[in-house]
Amino acid sequence: MTARKSLTRLRVNPGLVLLEVLTILLFIVFMFPFGMVILNSAKTSREIIFNAIALPSHWGQLLTNISLIFSNPTVDYVGAFIDSTVITVLSLVVIVLFSSMAAWVLVRSNKAWSTILFMVFVAAMVIPFQVLMYPLVRWMRVVGDFMHLRLLGTYHGIVFAYLGFGSPLSIFVFHGFIKNIPFELEEAATIDGCSKQCIFFKIVFPLLKPIIVTVLILNGIWIWNDYLLPLLVLGSNGAVQTIPIAVTAFAGAYLKQWDLILTSTLIAIIPVIILYLFAQRYIIKGMVEGSIK
Amino acid sequence: MKRNRLVNVLFLTPSVFAFVMIIIIPFFFGLYYSMTDWNGVSDNVAFVGFRNFRDLFSAPDFLYSFLITIAYTVINIVLVNVVSFLLSLIVTSKIKRRNFYRAGFFVPYLIGGIVLGYIWQFILNSIVVDFGASMSIDVLRVSFLSLPDTVIWAMSAVNTWQYAGYIMLIYVASIQSIPASLMEAASVDGASYPARVFHILIPMMANAFTISLFLTLTSSFKQFDMNLTLTNGGPATRFFEAPVKASQLLAMNIFNTATANRMAEAQAKAVVLFVALVVVSLVQVTVNKKKEVEM
Repeated sequence: MTARKSLTRLRVNPGLVLLEVLTILLFIVFMFPFGMVILNSAKTSREIIFNAIALPSHWGQLLTNISLIFSNPTVDYVGAFIDSTVITVLSLVVIVLFSSMAAWVLVRSNKAWSTILFMVFVAAMVIPFQVLMYPLVRWMRVVGDFMHLRLLGTYHGIVFAYLGFGSPLSIFVFHGFIKNIPFELEEAATIDGCSKQCIFFKIVFPLLKPIIVTVLILNGIWIWNDYLLPLLVLGSNGAVQTIPIAVTAFAGAYLKQWDLILTSTLIAIIPVIILYLFAQRYIIKGMVEGSIK
Repeated sequence: MKRNRLVNVLFLTPSVFAFVMIIIIPFFFGLYYSMTDWNGVSDNVAFVGFRNFRDLFSAPDFLYSFLITIAYTVINIVLVNVVSFLLSLIVTSKIKRRNFYRAGFFVPYLIGGIVLGYIWQFILNSIVVDFGASMSIDVLRVSFLSLPDTVIWAMSAVNTWQYAGYIMLIYVASIQSIPASLMEAASVDGASYPARVFHILIPMMANAFTISLFLTLTSSFKQFDMNLTLTNGGPATRFFEAPVKASQLLAMNIFNTATANRMAEAQAKAVVLFVALVVVSLVQVTVNKKKEVEM
């Protein structure tokens, strides 16, 4: 029996081998653009014009290009990286905290008003950003003037905007998860003398861990790469800048200088790839759960 | 009890307040502005009724953007879903390193549309053209981005590269939820691999198709970032005797209209985009849901 089993394992399945070769080819096609970015980030402008496919003559040029990017006078990449990080992290914190609180109240209230409010949140997801963007900027300016609190061009302004735009999907995802948490847990805690806010923070919130990962990833990828909202709220050359704005500002200033533009995209990509290498399992799981719900 | 109600209100306030301030109020302003002469400069805004909408449907550049957005969406729906379905079959097969491939195919989705637009502009304008020149392949010598007939296809190819890995994950999750015994039983009964895919796998995955088609449809319809940095609307072409930008999708048309300070007109275009998006996605979900039941 064991002998026969090992024999079948030895027998090569030609279909599977063919599939494997095909997959490797497909994988190379998928990774090809990244390869080209790395290759040409290590060239001078003249080298690229002469031959974009050839290997670079000096890999050391990569470091030269990177230092050129960081020392260029038009765009502050380090600043943009810090701003992007601050905006993404703060937005994620408020979205996760406030959306989960709201979703919990909406699930447990179980009244007509809570159902209607939930439906309004869900329905708002179909509104494309294009309908909102220009009135939003005008509205933020009016509200800012009225309250003597600048909303445009500031951290708190854009984080507040992300809370508004992120709430519907996040509440929807939390809502679906909280529905399946047995209510008996919360009842038992009430009998033990736990107040309502204590129930949420001590009992419910810790149970949300897996779905918080999903909400973080769905919103994180979106906010980090978002272009139009930061462009409109922060401006293309304001004090606060995100990575996508920095990349477009740079490409606009160094028109067709592919050595520098490609190096700048490489600098924008690397942190994301590093994060992905570490959190790959969570990111994939989070994406799947977020889209199926 | 009263205290509980207070906690309810406090818990709801941050989200609801931000939601109302950022989405609800601008939304109604947006509907209103689409019926005004708002120009973004003057503070005086006058109501003009449906004039902006009437003007839109006689503007060649808008009609053209509308049509190519529909074409682009249709191409994407087919291309993205076929590619991602095939990828999902591959990474759920018995090949080695399948988890590695699955993780790899997803990478393009992590890179934002702005950044990958520049990357692909370089690939299509320099790498492909240089390759065509060195291999003497005439078709490749002219960039796909410079011809009005090919630019939409090039954009769809880039979009497929970006989204296929993401949509693949949805199909993979669906395939993994189907009991393996079902496929094995059919195999024992002598069903060929394609027969098993078409008669068992695809019908069982109906729900995943509904989600995936919806995601590709709405994302293509609203496409902006990659459009901006890959083509910026170019090249120039003609439509009903009028000069138009060959790859200016709806979202970019709206953006460019507003940049020219024709804010009310941009707003009217955005409202049309909104209505079209709602109608098309409702039809798609209804049709797919009906199919789900039939299967």
